Amino acid sequence: MRLEPKPAPSLGVTLLFPIAAIVVTLLITSLLVLAAGASPFSVFYLVAKGAAGSQFALLETLTRATPLIFTGLAVAVAFRAKLWNIGAEAQLYIGGVVTVVLGTGALPLPSYLLIPIIMIASMAAGALLLLGPAVLKTRFGVDEVVTTLLLNFIVLLFVSMLLEGVLKDPMGLGWPQSSKVIAEAQLPRIIQGKRLHYGFVIAVVAAIIAWIIMKKTVLGYEMRAVGHNPEAASFAGIPVNRVLMKTALLSGGLAALAGFSEVSGLKGNLTLDLSPGYGYSGIVVAMLAMLNPLGVIASAIFVAGIFVGADAMSRTAGVPSYIAQVMVATALLTMVTAILLTRFRVRWR
Amino acid sequence: MEQAIEILFTASFWVAAIRIASPLIFATMGELICERAGVLNLGIEGIMTVGAFAGWFTVYSGGDLWTGVLIAALAGAMFGLLHATLTVPLGLSQHVVGIGITLLATSLTYFTYRLALPQVTTPPKIEPFQPLPIPGLSKIPILGEALFSQTPLTYLAFATVAIVAWVLYRTPIGLAVRAAGENPSAVEAQGISVTGIRMGAVMVGSALMAVGGAFLTMSAFNSFFFEMINGRGWICIALVVFGSWRPGKALLGAILFAAFDAYQVRLQQISGGVVPYQVFLMMPYALSILALILVARRATYPKALMIPYQKGER
Repeated sequence: MRLEPKPAPSLGVTLLFPIAAIVVTLLITSLLVLAAGASPFSVFYLVAKGAAGSQFALLETLTRATPLIFTGLAVAVAFRAKLWNIGAEAQLYIGGVVTVVLGTGALPLPSYLLIPIIMIASMAAGALLLLGPAVLKTRFGVDEVVTTLLLNFIVLLFVSMLLEGVLKDPMGLGWPQSSKVIAEAQLPRIIQGKRLHYGFVIAVVAAIIAWIIMKKTVLGYEMRAVGHNPEAASFAGIPVNRVLMKTALLSGGLAALAGFSEVSGLKGNLTLDLSPGYGYSGIVVAMLAMLNPLGVIASAIFVAGIFVGADAMSRTAGVPSYIAQVMVATALLTMVTAILLTRFRVRWR
Repeated sequence: MEQAIEILFTASFWVAAIRIASPLIFATMGELICERAGVLNLGIEGIMTVGAFAGWFTVYSGGDLWTGVLIAALAGAMFGLLHATLTVPLGLSQHVVGIGITLLATSLTYFTYRLALPQVTTPPKIEPFQPLPIPGLSKIPILGEALFSQTPLTYLAFATVAIVAWVLYRTPIGLAVRAAGENPSAVEAQGISVTGIRMGAVMVGSALMAVGGAFLTMSAFNSFFFEMINGRGWICIALVVFGSWRPGKALLGAILFAAFDAYQVRLQQISGGVVPYQVFLMMPYALSILALILVARRATYPKALMIPYQKGER
């Protein structure tokens, strides 16, 4: 069998395959729901209701989408330049570390100074963390997939060490957790008494800025050129290695903001369960958005909705909430296949 | 300080090193086969998770140990088939598909575990593989004890290396696999299907990864728990590079790595808590990165690694 490019896919075809991907994903998850002894229709209804059925559900989905927008953006900009950053999880935690280091009273500044300082410092830390693998890639030819993946484990152990050592909350009853950040370092809530915080607004602004960088600046053009064909980009006079460095700084910085916003906006302190794999889910978010920064907002809300909805559903329907992760991973694989099939025709001979 | 050196001369240390090496040997051979055929398989971490669960669950539900190993291998091969279908004929990004397979395999395993055992707080145990000392050989001090008083699965791991090396270098099929990773058009010119070779390699490789996972639940430990693979799959990818895509060298790398891992656990015990234990736990991951840096300059990747092949295209 072979693949032939389609001349110009019509609008119908462009929509048909992604819709088919969603249908296939739902069919596969239905089989699992049936295996769990529940009815797929009621389970999907409960997931949708849990994700968007009430004001509480909707706000919860947006709250959960916030870190996913940041990690999704981090992956989207990196993958566009074919810099395979699978280390958003580590960069997120480093952002959280910087937030509690600076935010628990070390800098007695008013909010309007303290929060920007923490944001910039978090981004710098995340950026530097990814710069390491990027330098190893360009200087020594070490594959960044493996180094970023291994760094996830190293950084998590490092955070665990800090939480049992210098950052340990003296009032924490022995739990490995940091002290709470001071009031001036907290992002305010958007609606009083609800969990949704201004981290969501920052995430949306970050997506818009990332979109402008990717579509309207020379750097964005260079990143796309390097991702498309590094040899050709180099031949055209684009400094490939330098572009990859800048991409790494941007990507690592964005992922670190996820950690900042979770600590400063939602949790208040740093624990070892700050992220239930937001770094890895960010890969799915970015791919579903076809690496478009603005699309990341929508796909992060979609993925967050599945997670939040599945949590609510599993409490009532008794289907394990891991169904959400299965659904999201299946959606990733079916969607990349669907996107390929809109562009190519499969010939069997 | 003396204590730190004495460790190296105890049999129990080397027995532990070989035991820790065993799952890595299986999975490293699996990844090596895939990469030699030109496919990077980042599904390894998830496929090991599937294998760990499938093998353990088979025995837990009343199957015997070898059936468990077989079921684990089959489950791994199925995920390998999915990976291969998406990356070989369809030529999708091996990075994205690999991570997707890891996410899917891991979450499916956790889902199935929760479904099968809804209300367990401590993971149930099985009767795992027992050590099978080889008469005579296991009596040789240190070396004999380390190599010949292990479980049958460890012997299988070593046999796997020999078989993989023999197939890759001494059989026509091995030649085709290596050529598919170096110069696929040459394979096609011989009338052999590159797609077929690559898909087969990924399936066999994935089956070995799953057996590596099964080793953990059926030989090293006796139960399945979440996140038990703990980055071993990624370490195996580093080991393949470290072993410059050769089975013998990769085996040596796996044993070296495992010896280091066994050593840090023992150092941790004699350091008496002066150094935080997390520093010791970081060492295996840091060592893998270091090993990659050391060999990167002279690493000769299979030339067609990660390059999809389309018939008739050049």
